[in-house]
Amino acid sequence: MNEHAPALVAMLPIIGAVLIMLTRHNSLNWIIALLSGAGTTYYSIILYLHARSVGTISYSMGGWEPPVGIEYRIDELNSLLIALIAIVSFLILVYAKSSLCNELKKNKISTFYSMYLLCLGGLIGILSTGDAFNAFVFLEISSLATYVIISMGSDRRGLLAAYQYLIIGTIGATLYVIGVGLIFIITGSLNLYDISIKLGDIELYRPLLASLAFITVGIALKIALFPLHAWLPNAYAFAPSVGTAFLASTATKVAIYLLIKYLYLVYGFDLVYSNQIFIFVVLSLSIIAMFGASLIAIFQSNLKKLFAYSSVAQIGYITLGIGIANYNGLIGSTVHIINHSIIKAAIFLAIGCLVFSSKIVNIDQLAGLGKRMPMVALCITVSSLSLIGVPGTVGFISKWYLVLGSLEQGWWVVVFALAVSSILALIYVGRVIELIWFHAPVVGMDSENKIPFEMVAVTVLMTIATIYFGIDTRLTGDLAKIAVENVLLGEQL
Amino acid sequence: MSSVIYNFISSYNYFVIIFLMISGLFIVVSRGNMVKKLVGLALFQTSVYILYISPGKILHGTAPILADGYSIYSSPFPHVLILTAIVVGIATLALGLSLVIRINEEFGTIEEDKLFDDELNNE
Repeated sequence: MNEHAPALVAMLPIIGAVLIMLTRHNSLNWIIALLSGAGTTYYSIILYLHARSVGTISYSMGGWEPPVGIEYRIDELNSLLIALIAIVSFLILVYAKSSLCNELKKNKISTFYSMYLLCLGGLIGILSTGDAFNAFVFLEISSLATYVIISMGSDRRGLLAAYQYLIIGTIGATLYVIGVGLIFIITGSLNLYDISIKLGDIELYRPLLASLAFITVGIALKIALFPLHAWLPNAYAFAPSVGTAFLASTATKVAIYLLIKYLYLVYGFDLVYSNQIFIFVVLSLSIIAMFGASLIAIFQSNLKKLFAYSSVAQIGYITLGIGIANYNGLIGSTVHIINHSIIKAAIFLAIGCLVFSSKIVNIDQLAGLGKRMPMVALCITVSSLSLIGVPGTVGFISKWYLVLGSLEQGWWVVVFALAVSSILALIYVGRVIELIWFHAPVVGMDSENKIPFEMVAVTVLMTIATIYFGIDTRLTGDLAKIAVENVLLGEQL
Repeated sequence: MSSVIYNFISSYNYFVIIFLMISGLFIVVSRGNMVKKLVGLALFQTSVYILYISPGKILHGTAPILADGYSIYSSPFPHVLILTAIVVGIATLALGLSLVIRINEEFGTIEEDKLFDDELNNE
């Protein structure tokens, strides 16, 4: 079975999704979801270890040889991200049961699990496929599942958020297909590796740049890069808590990987970065995201929206590393994909606990939380601190590499921007922490459900991870380093 | 002059594609009615189908079926891709329309401007 691991990691969640829809059994659905999540995690780890020992794995889907058949191309970078996403989603699934029973109607729970697994399968498919059009299909599978997840929130505004995201997401995916179509017209191939070889022989001319622009903007809509982020805050705010934690920690990260793949492995470093305007646009949008979104976050009263805007700002850090485009900058990006995924999972899972116990939506309801629910309050505090980048937390590691990268380029403005945006993060996180620990509890907030053990356990586990990986970077920083060295900068080094 | 006309005529299908693409996108941006927006979105997606199918046509080529007396075939590859894309498009449109139905049930209107002002931006 192990030689089929590249196909299994994408297939197992999708099979699980179908099984759940077929059985629709109230007590079986969670178990099926857990099983397929565990299977995916197991094979993703095997896949990563295999990729580490033999380098790039090329898997022909259905036995059709590439470049005509669909190739799954697994290297140290995407198998690392597959493992990350599989593990995080599995832990969120463990957490999901009680939270969903509380937030969703009983007849909707099966559908939710099914969509969750479908989305997971789609995301893993995007990561592992080596075919441009196949990536589009997986992008749409995961997006359609995402729209359903968002619309299932208990707040009816979730429907509006889902519709808004459906329009923007479809435009993004269609722009991506236009770009792929242009590449297909130029090279006659859809296999990304094949395209990268064929593009090497082609003179730079306008359709090629047009395809780069279409693909970048299309994926940027999915990433929610700053001026294209309008869908994200509403989507995160009104989705069910489990859905928010899942989307915030996986969906945008996968889109960022797709962008990195196109920039470095398909178009190639030389073509993209000889283009000064491209670098300028990516860098300035990232810096505007870091400032703009953090500023908006300061004035939010809805707790989920506050951290959603913070996500937009953090995505700015990741694309900043892509714009810096040297060794340390890219490590910064890759590490921050992993770290931000852990941080946001921890924060949104903790918020899910709050929604479960006392329906907390707004930030002023947090007053005195430190006395009422010390454990959850501590989790929010710690993971918020790592959002700022306090030394000893994961956020610090990412920022460290980004600062190193921009110093190497001699870009003092970028270093300054990193420092100032951290101060902005301190302001919005500071508001939350002040309310939690230094304010008296609001009267009449005592009607609390007891939070189940597994919800607290997963939240605490994620929070511990934000500290552990901030001190011991062997599993994040070092693996990201290997991935960047072997995959992205193989020719430059 | 004649080369300009020749270029225009030989690539007129691309002008049609771009016209469709921009009108679809314009409808999505300019209309407030949620169903009309979806119509624009469908138009935008459909234009991309033609973008894919156009370069597959080879002059004097027939349908890609093996038969005596024919040696030039059009490329079947884009058709296969677009079949997949059409399925994706249908799924998106169906999901979009069902969301609109649910929105109409919950809010009693599908005019976006009013809904978004009242509900999403008013905290």
